[in-house]
Order: sequence, then C-alpha cells, then structure tokens
Amino acid sequence: MKPRHKRIALITGGLATVGIAAALVLNALNSNIAFFVTPTEIAEGKAPQGQIFRIGGIVKEGSIRRDNLTVHFAITDTAKEVPVTYTGILPDLFQEGKGAVAQGRINPDGTFTATEVLAKHDENYMPPEAQHAVDQAQKAQKTIKQ
Amino acid sequence: MIPELGHFALILAFFVSLVQGVLPLVGAHKNRADWVAVARPATAASFLLVGVSFACLTWAFYVNDFSVEYVAGHSNTQLPTMYRLSAVWGGHEGSLLLWVFMLVGWAAAVAAFSRQLPAAMVARVLGVLGLVTVGLMAFVLLTSNPFDRLMSPPAEGRSLNPLLQDPGLIYHPPLLYMGYVGMAVAYAFAMAALLAGQLDAAWARWSRPWTTVAWVFLTLGIALGSWWAYYELGWGGWWFWDPVENASFMPWLVCTALIHSLAVTEKRGSFKNWTVLLAIAAFSLSLLGTFLVRSGVLTSVHAFATDPKRGLFILILLAVVVGASLLLFAARAPKVSPGGRFELISRETFLLVNNVLLVVACGAVLLGTLYPLIVDAFGGGKISVGPPYFNAVFIPIMLPLLVLVALGPVARWKQADLPAMLKKLWPAAVAAVAAGIVLPMLAGEWHAYVALALALVGWMSAALVLQTIDRLKAGSPTASWWGMQIAHFGLAVMVVGIAMVSTYQEERDVRMEPGETVSVGGYTFKFLGVKESRGPNYTADVGTFELSQDGKLMRLLHPEKRAYDTSQMPMTEAAIDAGFTRDVYVSLAEPLSPDVENGPWAVRVYFKPFVDWIWGGSLLMALGGLLAAADRRYRIRAKSSAAVAANAAGAAA
Repeated sequence: MKPRHKRIALITGGLATVGIAAALVLNALNSNIAFFVTPTEIAEGKAPQGQIFRIGGIVKEGSIRRDNLTVHFAITDTAKEVPVTYTGILPDLFQEGKGAVAQGRINPDGTFTATEVLAKHDENYMPPEAQHAVDQAQKAQKTIKQ
Repeated sequence: MIPELGHFALILAFFVSLVQGVLPLVGAHKNRADWVAVARPATAASFLLVGVSFACLTWAFYVNDFSVEYVAGHSNTQLPTMYRLSAVWGGHEGSLLLWVFMLVGWAAAVAAFSRQLPAAMVARVLGVLGLVTVGLMAFVLLTSNPFDRLMSPPAEGRSLNPLLQDPGLIYHPPLLYMGYVGMAVAYAFAMAALLAGQLDAAWARWSRPWTTVAWVFLTLGIALGSWWAYYELGWGGWWFWDPVENASFMPWLVCTALIHSLAVTEKRGSFKNWTVLLAIAAFSLSLLGTFLVRSGVLTSVHAFATDPKRGLFILILLAVVVGASLLLFAARAPKVSPGGRFELISRETFLLVNNVLLVVACGAVLLGTLYPLIVDAFGGGKISVGPPYFNAVFIPIMLPLLVLVALGPVARWKQADLPAMLKKLWPAAVAAVAAGIVLPMLAGEWHAYVALALALVGWMSAALVLQTIDRLKAGSPTASWWGMQIAHFGLAVMVVGIAMVSTYQEERDVRMEPGETVSVGGYTFKFLGVKESRGPNYTADVGTFELSQDGKLMRLLHPEKRAYDTSQMPMTEAAIDAGFTRDVYVSLAEPLSPDVENGPWAVRVYFKPFVDWIWGGSLLMALGGLLAAADRRYRIRAKSSAAVAANAAGAAA
C-alpha cells in the first residue's frame, strides 16, 4: 500500500472513531441530562412535565414522616416548598434543616416522587444546587420588599 | 513553636525549589556544569525541608495542638491515635501539603535513581519539577496554610469527619496522590526532552519506568477509593461516575495511553509528538482534577466546604502549565524527526488505535463532567449529567479495545501478517464464542450484555494463553513482557467482575423486625436484633444477622449504625461476607420505630456476584505495571551506556 493511501486510511479511521463517539455522546447527553429546578420555579409551574429533574433546598423542619420504607418530607427554598416522597433508604446525612438535592419526577397533584436523594460527605457542606435555590428565593423576596 | 518551625521549613523549601527550578534549567541551556550540579542537592534539600514541615504538622496532630486551626478543625483528643495521624490529610490544607510532599518525594527519587542519565537531562527534569513545586507551594502558602494559629485555641477539636475514620483513608489519599503527582514526573521528562530538543528513543526509555510506576500508584489509588466507597459509604456501589472519581479516572485513561505510546517511541522512534502531548495532557488533567475537587464548582459526593479563591488559584496554575507547555511544544515540535515507518497492519497501528480509543473515552468523560459547568456558564441553567450518560458512551468505546488487546501483542512491529495472526488466534475466537454462550447460562440467566462481555473475556484470556505458550517456546521472556501479560489479564478479570455484578446483583431494601428473614441470591439473612455498644469515640447500634444458605448457618454478620460523639452525623458500617465468586452485604439504615424496644429496622441487603474481581483485576494490572517497570533492561542498557561514556572519557584522556 502506498504511503498516501495508508495515511488516508488512518485518518479516515480516526475520523470515524471520533464521529461515532460524538454521536454516542450527543445521543447520551440528550437523554441523560437532569435539569435543576427550584421549589419557587415549581410553584410557578415551570417544572418539566413527565421528565426527570432535580430539586434542591432545605429539608423543612418537622416535615419528615415515615411510613415503613416510604418517607415523606418537604423541600423548601424558604419561599415555596414541594412535598416529596421517597421509598428506600436515605443517606446518613439526610436531616431536617439541612440542605438536600432530590432527583425524580413531578406528579400531576404537585408532589414530587424522588428516585434518588443525594448524599454528602460532610455535615457542614451545603449542596451548591440547594444553596442556589435558597439564594434565588431570598433575592426574589428582597426585590419584592424594595 | 513546632508549627512555626513547620511553616518556616515550608517557606525555606519554597525558595530552595525556586533555585531548583531556575538554576539547573538555565545551566543546562548555557552548558554551565556548576549550575547543572545544583539540581540534585537542591532537590534533596527541598525534600528534607518539606519532610520536616510535614513531620511538624503530624506532631501537632499527635500532641493535639488545637491552637493550630487546621488541627482543631480535623482532630479531637478522643480520636484513636491511628486516625489522629491520618487526619493530617483529612482536610484541604493537609492534603495539599501531602501533595507537595509527594511531589518533592518523586523529585528526590528521580535525583537518586537516575545516576546513569546525562547530567543535563536530569537537571532539566528536576528543574521542571522544581517549577511545578514552586507553583503548588505558593498555593499552599498563600491560600491554604495548614499552620495558621487560632487566637483563642479551643479546649477540644472538632474532630475528623466520621466517614474518614476508616483504615481506607490511611492508604487511599496517599496512593492516589502518588499517582496524581507522578504524572508530574512524566510531564517533566517530556518537557525536559522538548527543552533539550532531544525527543528520541533514549528519552522514552528513561521516561518509561517512571511513567509506569506513577500509573501503578494511580491504578491502586483509584481501586482503593472504589473499594472504600463500596464498603464504607454503605451504598454498595463500586463506581458512581462522580465528578471527583472522574477527576482521577481521566488522568488514568490518558496515562494508560501514554504508557502504550511510550512503548512505540522507545522501540520504533515513532509517535514522538503524540507522546509528548499525552504527557502534557496527563499532568494537566491531574491539575484539573485537583481544581474540580478543591473548588467545589461541581456537585459531588466528595464535595467538602470550599473556598472559591483556591479554585481560581489552581485554575491560573493550570492555565500557566498548559499554556507554557503548548507554547514550548509548538516551538519545538516542527524540528522533531519523523519516526520509523509502519504499514497499516502493524503493532504501531494497533497501539495507535488503542491511543485513539483511550483518548476519545477520556474526552467523553471530560465532556460529561464539565458539561454542567459549560451549560451554566452560558446561562443554560443548572443541570446534572447522570451515570447513564457515562455508561452509554464509555462502554461502547471500550469494547473495541478489549478485542484489540488480544491482537496488539501478537502483531509484529512495522509490518504484521494479519492472516498469520488470525491463524494463530482462531482457537481464541472459538473460546470466545463458547464462553459467550455457555458461561452466562451457568450463572443463571442468559443476557446479551453478559454474553458479549464474557465472550470478550474468553477471547482475551485464550489469546493470552496462546501467546504465552508461543513466547515460552522462543525462550524465556523478559519481566516487562510478563508485566504486559499480567496487566492485560487483570483487565480481563476486571471485565468479568463488572459484567457479572452489574447484571446479576440483587438489592433489597426491607423493613425487618427481630426474628424476620429476607433472602437474596440464594442467601438468607435472619435478623436477630440490635444491641447498643460503645466504641472509642462513638456509640453504635450493632445489629446481628444470621447468614445461611440452603438452611445451613454460615456465620453471623454485625452491621453497625454509629453515632460519633462530636458529630451529628450517623454513620453506617456495612457487614460484608466476602467470597471468591460473590459478596453478601448487609447494612442497617435506621430504626423505623425508635421508641419501641426491639422495634423494626430499615435494612438493606445485597448480593454482589464477582464484585471482588473488579479490585482483583486492578491489583493484577498494578502488579503487571510493577513488573514492567522493574525490567532489567532499564538498568542494564543504562549501565552499558555509562560504560560507553566511561570508555569514551578514557579514550579522550
């Protein structure tokens, strides 16, 4: 085989690999991205219907109620709150008054069914998404007062 | 006084590293032997000084000196001594000091074990390492000084995060950092070669053992981290595609590519530019990893309370490293001579494909990890990319690699004979089909995914056996050849573990009253109850479970739920019965009626077939790497070249 042909073959092969990988990436990104929505945005009806997304905020004090393995609680950004149900075992750091991020779907009745509740390593750590939700809500309240 | 001594030693080390980074590089450039000669002593001095600094911090932890802010934040008098010492790297400041200590340790090792290399080359390598050390030390001294004092020291420290009070923490961070920082050595060799304009087979041969050893540490560090997450976090998973895991995995992928590309550069003199780029990429990715971990820009299970100023500093350091290296590369690369030619079907091509696949896989992981940041930066809102993305992209890219692993070592350099190779390997193809059809049925249910994975394992292992028989006929192989075989076999073992556990694992979350039983994977757990017990610095609810199979009692398992005295955070300690072909795993979640004596608990039980093969495979890979790095030829040839040099010197005299 001539060197030129060889180079063409190698370059074609390389481009094909990258092309296939790009197709895989785009396809996978499309179906595996979870948007992050704050409780206020849910109250405003901005939640994506029938799609998996994440909510974050503070677990409302006194809201945790257990029914065997199903746990009911509310996530609040200090302005609005969303009732959440989760069946299964919660991470050790899940506590009332602490930040939490949950992933799942919204039901027609406005409750959120979580398939995953995120765990953290450090009790003093606030998930950035939860912090973001609280910051947004407080910013909005300030604007109203002014 | 001791903490100030540590701080002072670190400041001194900073200036010594500055000397180490400047004089030898300038000296090598201007051919000044006296400046070149500074490299080794400066490296040794810097190593000693950082060692003193590290010892001072360790001492502060040992004597519970809570006037040091970092000690007060991460230790406690109740903490067992072992954890008080490992708490040195339990937080941000200390782990960075460990980073720096490892870096000067690598530099000292290069200085000590490279007597046979030309002095100018060693001077350049140590010089580049010195500059990297300066950057990281500035980071520690300016933003994260572990020796900062408190005006009014507390009587008691805040203690170490309970998750980190585990033997895994003693080994995992140091091993991982050794790997991370080892990328700096591969990078320094590449930079030194570029600076000298001497990108050749000799450079590749010098760089290879160091790169391989760094890769071994990275492999062990990642594997240990995965094992730690498996048993300590109580989630039962072994890989989560978490940003911090990805941060260590990306340099690993690129370093794996680098090891293979270095082989081509050493043996055939090809791929030189590419090898240099990989070395730059591997080190840049390990800096990027540090940035991701330390800046807290990504939501991660590893995320700790962070400081944005620190993230910015590492980002600047990263930009300087990448920018300077690429500039140098752009200036020198056009002068690099092309390497040996090769045909389309040749070992070079197989290794090229290996490299393309590994780099593309790394790119896909990088994209998935950074995508939330990119989208957020362009105002697209906050999103997260889940594990299904990574599985969907990573696995298809890796499958061809598993096919090629068997072909590459059989192929000849320069020009390989494909029909002859296939003739040699046809029994492996038969073994592959047989393994794909039969083995999944033995495991219970036939799944296409497992069948494919086990067929590939059959292909890889049978090819390994055929090659070994062939090679043994031709005479006794070298250590590095055995290293390659063992590492490739480790890959096959790991694929078995991954395929089996992800398909056949069983998980059940159940409510259990004392006396009740639950079954997974043919094993039965009987819950006998929970008793309170007292540990050195925690109180634990210790559960007792009877594990039995086919009605035969096997053993008792004792998972714990701990409440540490200094923390509000409960800790789950899983109980695992580990075995060659399966683990069974039980953990206590929480009491469902805390007020009732002997009340029900939420319990999680797992059946994990072949999960230990994942870590076993990693160990085999690491062992293979060690054997390859220990090959005699790295020393013998060096000696003979030293002899040549001595002869030449003698002749000149």
